[in-house]
Amino acid sequence: MFLDLFYGLRDEGVPVAIQEWQAFLSALAQGLHGADLLRFYHLGRACLVKSETYFDAYDRVFARVFKGVEGQLGDEVTDRLLDWLRDAKDLPQLTPEQLAELERLTSDELMRRFLETLGEQSERHDGGNRWVGTGGRSPYGNNGTHPTGIRVGGQSRSRSAVKVAEERRFADYRTDQTLDIRQMRVALRRLRQLTRTGLASELDLDETVDETCRNAGEIELVFRPPRKNDVRLLLLMDVGGTMDPYVEPMSQLLTALHDERGLRAFEPYYFHNCVYESVYTRARMLRADAVPTADLLRRLDERWKVVLVGDAMMNPAELLQPNGNIDPRRHSKTPGIAWLHRIVEHFDRAVWVNPEPTTEWDFVQTAKIIRRLFPMFPLTVDGITEAVQALIGARV
Amino acid sequence: MTTNGTFHRFQGTPGYIATGPLVDAVNCAIALGRPLLLKGEPGTGKTVLARHVAEGLGMPMLEWHIKSTSKAVEGLYVYDTVQRLNDSRFGTGDVADIRHYIKLGPLGRAFAASERLVLLIDEIDKADLEFPNDLLRELDEMRFTIVETGDEIVAKERPILLVTSNNEKELPDAFLRRCVFHYIEFPDVATMRKIVAVHHPHLEAKLLDQVLIKFYWLREQPELRKKPSTSELVDWISALLRSGISQKQLEEHIPFVGALLKKEQDVDALGRYGTQGGTIPARWADLGPRYNQ
Repeated sequence: MFLDLFYGLRDEGVPVAIQEWQAFLSALAQGLHGADLLRFYHLGRACLVKSETYFDAYDRVFARVFKGVEGQLGDEVTDRLLDWLRDAKDLPQLTPEQLAELERLTSDELMRRFLETLGEQSERHDGGNRWVGTGGRSPYGNNGTHPTGIRVGGQSRSRSAVKVAEERRFADYRTDQTLDIRQMRVALRRLRQLTRTGLASELDLDETVDETCRNAGEIELVFRPPRKNDVRLLLLMDVGGTMDPYVEPMSQLLTALHDERGLRAFEPYYFHNCVYESVYTRARMLRADAVPTADLLRRLDERWKVVLVGDAMMNPAELLQPNGNIDPRRHSKTPGIAWLHRIVEHFDRAVWVNPEPTTEWDFVQTAKIIRRLFPMFPLTVDGITEAVQALIGARV
Repeated sequence: MTTNGTFHRFQGTPGYIATGPLVDAVNCAIALGRPLLLKGEPGTGKTVLARHVAEGLGMPMLEWHIKSTSKAVEGLYVYDTVQRLNDSRFGTGDVADIRHYIKLGPLGRAFAASERLVLLIDEIDKADLEFPNDLLRELDEMRFTIVETGDEIVAKERPILLVTSNNEKELPDAFLRRCVFHYIEFPDVATMRKIVAVHHPHLEAKLLDQVLIKFYWLREQPELRKKPSTSELVDWISALLRSGISQKQLEEHIPFVGALLKKEQDVDALGRYGTQGGTIPARWADLGPRYNQ
């Protein structure tokens, strides 16, 4: 059941590796959890989970794995623990050293200690409060200086670990949910490509030394331009119709991007359903706001990164047929798909961010077509992070 | 400080109210010899914790405050080339010995120290994304080599490392794997009472009730962009006490709101309450039960 926690976390997408698991076991071996499942819960979280965004996943897994453990630490649990300790060798991808380490940690000594502390806890739950301050009789005490001496703040002991886990107070921090602006900013911080251009204002030490030597010891200062972000971003956003439910996350994305002062250049435009002859500088999309898409392609070179945001959900005719634009005020002889093709071909990197849940993508015909052109990511923190990676990371 | 034979244990100090899980996390990091990564809302006492860990354990403390321009190697040592150039040009100083121009950074000094100490690496997320990765080997092995001289600095005693982050950037996985992590949650009312008691031991209980009701109510208002934090609460209480404001006055409105709200828009938003937007409670005392579970 112990191992259920490890694999449960991995199944929930929490990046926990054998290194952290070992740290956790080593902490248990030192008795840091005392005789308390709640402290065991916190200790596990401190060792295994490295971001508050995964606390919720940890809570879910912990509640699932340890539900019912409290109060009934009978033979069954003991047996399961023993089973786990025997099965420890089945852990995947273990090097011999790690295996040896693990065996050292899961030795009889650890097993004995852990069972004793858990056993002790069940006594406590049966009504006694015997472990507190009874240094001499505690399982691995040190002549009375038992680790339980560290308790601070009495109120925590009255709450059970599983209850704490079940409260799921960290649900708000999950990153696979749609995001808030701060999280979005964190995701967008990665949009960086540093280059040295502009005014030389930073002392170049190596060159200074070289030049000074060439100058026979007379100091010659050499300056160079500081490193700056070279990312230029073109944002194309679908507005109206089926996109209306997503106004909130879209405006958050836009706010976060406007705040992202590190970008060398940033231009947002709007479209409806699909990009046709024109895109618009404002979301109301009046004729006065129109900018010919062809102009954009002429003016912005291939170094611009393109992010299209839209649900990619439309009548196939709107994407594939000439005059597909459903807006009666406009006529577009070229089908939308051709414009999308031009964007893909013109720019070096372009991604599509889709606010619809990923589970819906396969049921929308136009989304499937568009996915063949653009890598598509969901409008969540994780999705944005991956999209940024696709824009500036190494090509895969 | 208690020694139980294996390692030093932190138990909190009179000047810092640490919750059980936080104390456990600190001790876990000490026992495992790993850095403790602290995150949490601004003002929850991440930085202050390090000082109190040092105080509680009776160890000296070093601080390394990270800026956006900080480089990992600067924490180990800096080779002051410009000074050496200058000395050689003007014939001052002992230019022949490069060691005169090697200055150890905070991490380097922590390694070189003869006793165990606490090192705070503050706001590690301010630096470049790769910054934590550049320190992995040094933190694992607790040793580094000064390239210019070939000297190796090996830590005699593994320093206790506390790292704080404000989440401006994500930290690399490899770095995270080596840390023990603790997220400092915003204190609940009961903990907050203890914290306030540390700073204002003679505060009247009734006044404190009033103060906490207003404080937690303010934090709940969605219109506010920046929620007031613990340190602002403590300042606010100082201001209230100095002005000698009566409990009656406090019951009616929120005086010195500038001590709690730091954004002009937030003060404006609160000023508009009642006319548009939110409502100010008619009787503050009625909120008491909600914030006093």
